Amino acid sequence: MLSEIAFYGALETGLIYGLVAFGIYISFRVLDFPDLTVDGSFPLGAAVAAMLIIAGWNPWIATGCAVLAGMVAGAVTALLNVKLNILNLLASILTMIALYSVNLRIMGRPNVALLTEDTVLTPWYDLGLAFHQVPVLLFIIVVFAVLILLWRFMKSETGLAMRATGANPRMARAQGIATGGMIVLGVALSNGLVGLAGALFAQSQGAADVTMGVGVIVIGLASLIGGEAVITPSTVVRALLACVVGAIIYRLAIALALNADILGLRAQDLNLITAVLVTLAIVLPGVRTKIANRFTRKSA
Amino acid sequence: MISATDLRLTFGKGTPLENPALRGMSLTVNQGEFVTVIGSNGAGKSTFLNALSGEVIVDSGNIIVDNQDVTRLPTHKRAARVARVFQDPLAGTCENLSIEENLALAIKRGQRRGLTSAVKKQYIGQFQESLSSLKLGLEDRLGDKMGLLSGGQRQAVSLLMASLTPSSILLLDEHTAALDPKTANFVLELTEKIIAEQKLTALMVTHSMKQALEVGDRTVMLHQGQVVFDIAGKDREGLEVKDLLGLFEKQRGLSVDDDSLLLD
Repeated sequence: MLSEIAFYGALETGLIYGLVAFGIYISFRVLDFPDLTVDGSFPLGAAVAAMLIIAGWNPWIATGCAVLAGMVAGAVTALLNVKLNILNLLASILTMIALYSVNLRIMGRPNVALLTEDTVLTPWYDLGLAFHQVPVLLFIIVVFAVLILLWRFMKSETGLAMRATGANPRMARAQGIATGGMIVLGVALSNGLVGLAGALFAQSQGAADVTMGVGVIVIGLASLIGGEAVITPSTVVRALLACVVGAIIYRLAIALALNADILGLRAQDLNLITAVLVTLAIVLPGVRTKIANRFTRKSA
Repeated sequence: MISATDLRLTFGKGTPLENPALRGMSLTVNQGEFVTVIGSNGAGKSTFLNALSGEVIVDSGNIIVDNQDVTRLPTHKRAARVARVFQDPLAGTCENLSIEENLALAIKRGQRRGLTSAVKKQYIGQFQESLSSLKLGLEDRLGDKMGLLSGGQRQAVSLLMASLTPSSILLLDEHTAALDPKTANFVLELTEKIIAEQKLTALMVTHSMKQALEVGDRTVMLHQGQVVFDIAGKDREGLEVKDLLGLFEKQRGLSVDDDSLLLD
């Protein structure tokens, strides 16, 4: 079984990936815009926050700048799609590739350590909690604040316009909604959240690394799909809760798989486990309805 | 008032599939008029409606709505003046959103959208009142997903949505064609009622000559991207489908061999 530290570690990263899942919910689900920019905007957020913190900026302001940087990256992807008519998936791959160079430029080297710097977590260590509990507490607050803000936004006039843009663009235009503008806003928002996740991840792990974004999209999607399998996303709140729950379950499942000695799995098997979990998450809901159908047919 | 002058539009210019859809189409619809539009397949009915709404931009000619030239404006910038109901009942509403959310989208048609709550308390009464006029019991189902409604119910709601805020013209694109006869009749009656009650200016494309003569107060026939005849008032009274076909033949000096024109 999991040690206490491994459990809190899984919660900590799970909460951070919950933010990524929010972003992916906005792009994939709300806008129906398959966006891979996140693999670049996650380390972008980390790089921006890390460099500004090292330069002596307040860590919260540095984190805010990371959000802005992520939003700019998302806006670039969306503009490539909306203004230049490049296929959305391809547009996001172009931005993602470009961001690899940008991130190296920002950091000046492949990785930057933050171990001796003051981060957003530093003041919280004085509260008297155990060392491994502090990030979990702070990230719970951040994630739920973001969840409430996103929920309010999705219920607002602009948020509703964004949901209509993804669901039925022709109808949205007929209602006077500038669908192109909504896509730019939504993809920017999505990547801003991923930038936030990257910034918090760098601060809790004590380093920013140019390769830390590899596979973020898959983990985020795994969280989203897994969460939807547990909590049916029939309303916006449920969909957002599903993101967080999915991300935490995903990290716990990974931690369990790696810690269970019987399975003999090691850290290098992580991506394989991810692929298996994503496959299960996609297939299982279908199996569930099949089983349910079998029972209802019998009773009928 | 809406006026289109000498609209020309060719699809696939310079390709083997070149298709001149509009060839000098001109039409003026006066305030409060209810015009029905007929024409065979490929006559340019849908393209004309798409040009008016902004879904396609014409090659030449101009479109004036209430003294404003909207020829080059995209759909969303015309939406404040141009309301539309699509042929496909699924196209006019969002199935993943609730009934009240769909109505809330429509009540802001063409206006700025802010960060305040979309479904405001003060709207609810108005929504319920309009929905109850449909007599479908939808006023008690505001929170239900649009996808739960039948095609006819969705088309009725689309019609409500299009008339929730004032417009200079209401475009109806064969909006009863995808419905079964009974439902189609219901939606058509509702259309006439709403247009009469709110004194809307409307342009209704239809495939049925009978419907075109029974409904509205002016009928326009399109052929090969142009208006071939335009009748209203006394000339239109008592006119039957065979008279319409005769008129068409006289105008063009050709016989009608397109079955779709004869379909009722």
